[in-house]
Amino acid sequence: MTTLLIRGAALLGDHVGDLRIRDGIIAARGALSPETDERVIDARGLIGLPGLVDLHTHLREPGGEASETVLTGTRAAAAGGFTTVHAMANTSPVADTAGIVEQVQRLGERHGYATVRPIGAVTLGLAGQQLAEIGAMARSTARVRVFSDDGHCVHDPLLMRRALEYVSTFDGVIAQHAQEPRLTEGAQMNEGVLSGELGLGGWPAVAEEAIIARDVLLAEHVGARLHVCHLSTAGSVDVVRWAKARGISVTAEVTPHHLLLTEELARGYDARFKVNPPLRRDDDVHALRAALADGTIDIIATDHAPHPTEAKECTWAEAAFGMVGLESALSVVQQAVVDTGMLTWGDIARVLSSAPAEIGRVAGYAHPLEIGSPANITLVDPSHAREWSTADLRGRSVNSPYLGRALPGRVVYTVYRGVVTVDDGALVEPEAVVAAHEEAPRG
Amino acid sequence: MKHLLSTRDLDRATAIGILDVAEDMAKTADREVRKLPALRGKTVVNLFFEDSTRTRLSFESAAKRLSADVITFSAKGSSVSKGESLKDTAQTLAAMGADAIVVRHHHSGAAHQLAHAGWVDAAIINAGDGTHEHPTQALLDAYTIRDRRFGDSARGRDLSGSRVTIVGDILHSRVARSNVWLLTTLGAEVHVVAPRTLLPHGVEHWPVTVHEHLDDALAAGPDAIMMLRIQSERMREAYFPSSHEFAREWGLTAERLALLGPDTMVMHPGPMNRGLEISSAAADSDRSTVLAQVTNGVSIRMAVLYLLVAGTSGIAESAGGAR
Repeated sequence: MTTLLIRGAALLGDHVGDLRIRDGIIAARGALSPETDERVIDARGLIGLPGLVDLHTHLREPGGEASETVLTGTRAAAAGGFTTVHAMANTSPVADTAGIVEQVQRLGERHGYATVRPIGAVTLGLAGQQLAEIGAMARSTARVRVFSDDGHCVHDPLLMRRALEYVSTFDGVIAQHAQEPRLTEGAQMNEGVLSGELGLGGWPAVAEEAIIARDVLLAEHVGARLHVCHLSTAGSVDVVRWAKARGISVTAEVTPHHLLLTEELARGYDARFKVNPPLRRDDDVHALRAALADGTIDIIATDHAPHPTEAKECTWAEAAFGMVGLESALSVVQQAVVDTGMLTWGDIARVLSSAPAEIGRVAGYAHPLEIGSPANITLVDPSHAREWSTADLRGRSVNSPYLGRALPGRVVYTVYRGVVTVDDGALVEPEAVVAAHEEAPRG
Repeated sequence: MKHLLSTRDLDRATAIGILDVAEDMAKTADREVRKLPALRGKTVVNLFFEDSTRTRLSFESAAKRLSADVITFSAKGSSVSKGESLKDTAQTLAAMGADAIVVRHHHSGAAHQLAHAGWVDAAIINAGDGTHEHPTQALLDAYTIRDRRFGDSARGRDLSGSRVTIVGDILHSRVARSNVWLLTTLGAEVHVVAPRTLLPHGVEHWPVTVHEHLDDALAAGPDAIMMLRIQSERMREAYFPSSHEFAREWGLTAERLALLGPDTMVMHPGPMNRGLEISSAAADSDRSTVLAQVTNGVSIRMAVLYLLVAGTSGIAESAGGAR
């Protein structure tokens, strides 16, 4: 069994050190000398981060294979430095039974680019009428802990209360897509002066904030754990801040795109910028960054939402909501909050790895880059600069809002359970990844 | 100007230029032979994804008066109802050699996409997109106001000193949006009147004076009052309680008509809901410009087609050419 030596990376962006990986775990850390037959990665100038964990990914399989599969989605994940992704439940059929979540988990396991943690539906068929078989999914081999109807809000207050209570039985969490449905009928973009001018239906901030306010109070009342998906407004930040000060067990996520882009991009009616919740105002973007820096927002999650070309090459109203985001996440985050001095790379390791792993109850991320931890490692070159193009996308879909935009940073290596999946900036081919896992006994 | 997509990005000189060319076009209507050879050999496609007999006929008539070949494509009962996309439909028509595509679509931004997505090369004329804009309607409204005010000395003038009041469903109206931008650019003072539910979010940032009561707006003494069509489904969507209440509070009733100044124009883009937003007394009064608007619409659309398709070097020259 050969070992891998990563030399000279700035670990968590802080002090420079070497890491030795043996049997899929970090075996040594410090100033290390190469051993015989050891592969050495020269990581001088690179930042050493733990493998990233995405709590909000749409892998589309089963049913949406035209836009993504577990294989193509986890390849995109690896390219973006992720070693664990949580697969959202809105597949076809919906992930509302033990059989579906086990299948999705197994596909991830087979391909070997990242751990795939399925998210179970809260309600049967995402229909918001009755609870899905939460216990069966929790006890399945997929051991589901995160439940979400994402794409739909669990808007019935009684059903939401029951769901919060019931999942707590299984140490689960409800990840709520906060969108009051009646207030957002026909909604196409952020409601404001611009939506009025463009003649596009408004998605008012209050439709998100009202649901979050209701849900934190419900979570307090029943003593359950709540996670708020893709928080997008300054008002939502205030509600979550209030809830945390009150001691309510709530966590919140923000997407990279809500940290960088604003509603102004809707002006050209280019549906690549159509997303749910919509891009908001400049003031919201700044409030979200500040909330991430002060800990009100716990994590960054991509909401990677692949769509086929035809779902975006149409009028804005006809187009699907969503954008791909796994490959670009770290670059966007670097531009929005690292290069602006608001977060350190150590903070990034928390909001993009250990904190989402904790919310999703994923083992192996609590002690990043420390001896004995699974060898999930991402090496980033923060000095790299490029114009984002379809060549930077590794999934099956190209609905990226960043095409043609200058973004900093680049994932140069991704190591998943000791296996190199991104090697000097290039994705390793599927057969080689599978072979490498077979060769290396798991730690 | 390659396309006409909105009035928001029309500058004053270009807008006045279009109105002046429309004056020339209007004069040709009095001649024995009405047809001009300006667009002979050119193909104008009317691409209508939304029913609109008036606007379609107006564009058809304008294109034919300029001797263009006209293809009209109505989405109903066509491949579009079988799921064909805007992109494929437009590319199909472009492949038939369209020099200009006049597009009406129920979704905001459709014309903008045709012009900028790189799907087709033709000149795009927005004939109404969703709740966004309807620029030729605003141009014909501006023409009508200018013509009524200045008659034969209208040429070259803007609308400075005119007060125009737009009444009704501002929220959903592309006519209101296009008029707000264009009339403001032309120097007019624009007022809008609607119940709070039918005013767009952020209207306080528009270059208009907002009233919630029609009687307040009438007291300001408008030179023209423009009544918008109210769609009855708005009532079911809880924008207002009943058509009776709307007519009473925001309709141009016979009583309100009597309060208007002697020269105040009563405008309506059509089709009218008599008894709802406008009374028959108002619609049929001498003040009504409804039929003049229809006539002027053909002149405006001729001017726009001419300026976009004929490939002339400038507005002054084109005006001469049409005389």
